[in-house]
Amino acid sequence: MRLEPLNYDVIIIGAGMSGLGAGIRLAHYGKKVCILDRHYLWGGLNSFYRLKGYRFDVGLHAMTNYVPRGTRNAPLTKLLRQLRIDYDEFDLRPQSMSATWFPGKRLRYTNEFAFFENEVAENFPHQADRFRSLVKHVLAYDALDLSVPEFSARKAVAQYLSDPLLVEMLFCPLFFYGSAVENDMDFGQFVIMFKSIYCEGLARPPEGVRRVLKVLLDKYKSVGGELRMKTGVARLDVEGGQVRGVVLENGEVLQATKVISSAGYPETMRLLSDYVPGSEGETHGQLSFVESIDVLTKEPRELGYELTIQFFSTTETFHYQKPAEPVDVRSGVICCPNNFVYERPLETPMMRVTSLANYDRWAAMDAGDYPAEKTRWHARVLDEVVKIVPDFRPWVKFTDIFTPTTVRKFTSHVNGAVYGSPIKFKTGRTHLENLFLCGTDQGMLGIVGALLSGISMANMHVLQEA
Amino acid sequence: MTREEIRKAIIDILADIAPDEDTSGLKDDVGLRDQLGLDSMDFLDIVMELRKRYNVEVPSPDYPQLATMTSCLNYLSPKMA
Ligand SMILES: Cc1cc2nc3c(=O)[nH]c(=O)nc-3n(C[C@H](O)[C@H](O)[C@H](O)COP(=O)(O)OP(=O)(O)OC[C@H]3O[C@@H](n4cnc5c(N)ncnc54)[C@H](O)[C@@H]3O)c2cc1C
Repeated sequence: MRLEPLNYDVIIIGAGMSGLGAGIRLAHYGKKVCILDRHYLWGGLNSFYRLKGYRFDVGLHAMTNYVPRGTRNAPLTKLLRQLRIDYDEFDLRPQSMSATWFPGKRLRYTNEFAFFENEVAENFPHQADRFRSLVKHVLAYDALDLSVPEFSARKAVAQYLSDPLLVEMLFCPLFFYGSAVENDMDFGQFVIMFKSIYCEGLARPPEGVRRVLKVLLDKYKSVGGELRMKTGVARLDVEGGQVRGVVLENGEVLQATKVISSAGYPETMRLLSDYVPGSEGETHGQLSFVESIDVLTKEPRELGYELTIQFFSTTETFHYQKPAEPVDVRSGVICCPNNFVYERPLETPMMRVTSLANYDRWAAMDAGDYPAEKTRWHARVLDEVVKIVPDFRPWVKFTDIFTPTTVRKFTSHVNGAVYGSPIKFKTGRTHLENLFLCGTDQGMLGIVGALLSGISMANMHVLQEA
Repeated sequence: MTREEIRKAIIDILADIAPDEDTSGLKDDVGLRDQLGLDSMDFLDIVMELRKRYNVEVPSPDYPQLATMTSCLNYLSPKMA
């Protein structure tokens, strides 16, 4: 006897932020939903793990878009409303202060935008008025209008600012936290990122991403959603312009009226049974990162370090691109998870550093050389980092490092491209009638962005349709 | 349902959708959008909750009928009678 395949209203590929956001919305409104993920832990690019007794987060430096409870028209409060999650549940604690460091200049910011405006005016007095005009333009711009074609943020910003150093310093954090394109970004994305980091701000739960994921998962289950981990999708059977069957890596076949994929555009196309190699075009992202986590025996504060996050470039022109070498040590992001405003210190003092990396170079390495190469590059990164923060190296008791190949292994993103394809698919539609994209390649990045992406794709393609 | 009951049903939905807003002193003839800071995603939710809780269908061309409490009541009364 052959069993009838399990039939769902919606199957979601990926239990990352966007998949969970979409799943909660759909299950809340009575849809029969199943989220499938290949990995054994949920969270995707923002998952968590345990090593040598330490708890680590994969991605989380900070949640962007931090606003106080009740703030209207802000992405964070919008998504909480949509998911029926109370503001306090994420347990967010604001940053103390962050900065962008370039040779000879440091621009600091807090969660009060006026502070940043003042900082720009003091460091670049001749640009102060121009900066205010840019801000006015940014605040008035409707970045969520899907009908506006993409255009270069660099060109748009150049109409306001004339000091190249200020331009580089403004862009640096926005690139690191949200550009899938080398050395530029879409102006709409610039506006979203500008607001999320400078106008709104940064925060983190004391428990890190585990807290956020626990809230999301509990919610998803409480509204009746189904989650299957260690369940990779091997193939999407296509017939007559539709996905007819979702074939799992274990051979099982599921059916769904609609499929929403957060796996990425080229990754999803490759799953199609009628996939023609190359048909995905120029959608393979090139930007990936290495990230190191140094566990310290001392609180960074005791070493005189108070800042939360620092974006830096040791060259006046910031190169946001795939480096020729395995790691670009000239720039990076330094994050101290301990330096948010908590009631009591976190259990583990640590410093995280993110640097641009070259996937191909890491993928080509001999398995035997890989650990030593990680250590060697980490040492070179820290040589630069300690020019910017107090030298914490004598207090390091444990280090974990992940590379573009780690990202590839755990999230299946081609090239370990953290921000996915340089071409985004804002409507979430594909050439197949019942297959949609959410998350990274729909074009909304970061935790808040990915959650909103899942929510809005579920709304647009499933709930509004009915 | 009486008009008063429908009013209560709508307020319950609004309180669920926008828990950080004060729904007690709503003015019947002022737009809900401005009073509660609602956006189009929230209006979709009003529609979805009406369907989920009361089996009432609001087709998308009729969304503007939900603009104020008074217009909601006028529009929904025959549907929820
Ligand atoms: C090092 C690093 C630091 C970061 N720091 C921050 C930060 O501080 N703040 C912030 O807001 N954001 C940060 N981000 C970005 C943020 O993590 C991502 O933008 C966001 O999590 C993307 O979510 P997503 O749902 O779009 O995709 P993903 O998280 O990539 O989810 C996709 C999921 O799909 C699954 N999948 C793929 N293919 C298949 C298949 N065939 N079958 C089954 N499952 C499949 C994968 O296993 C994965 O779980 C960081 C990312 C990294 C890597």
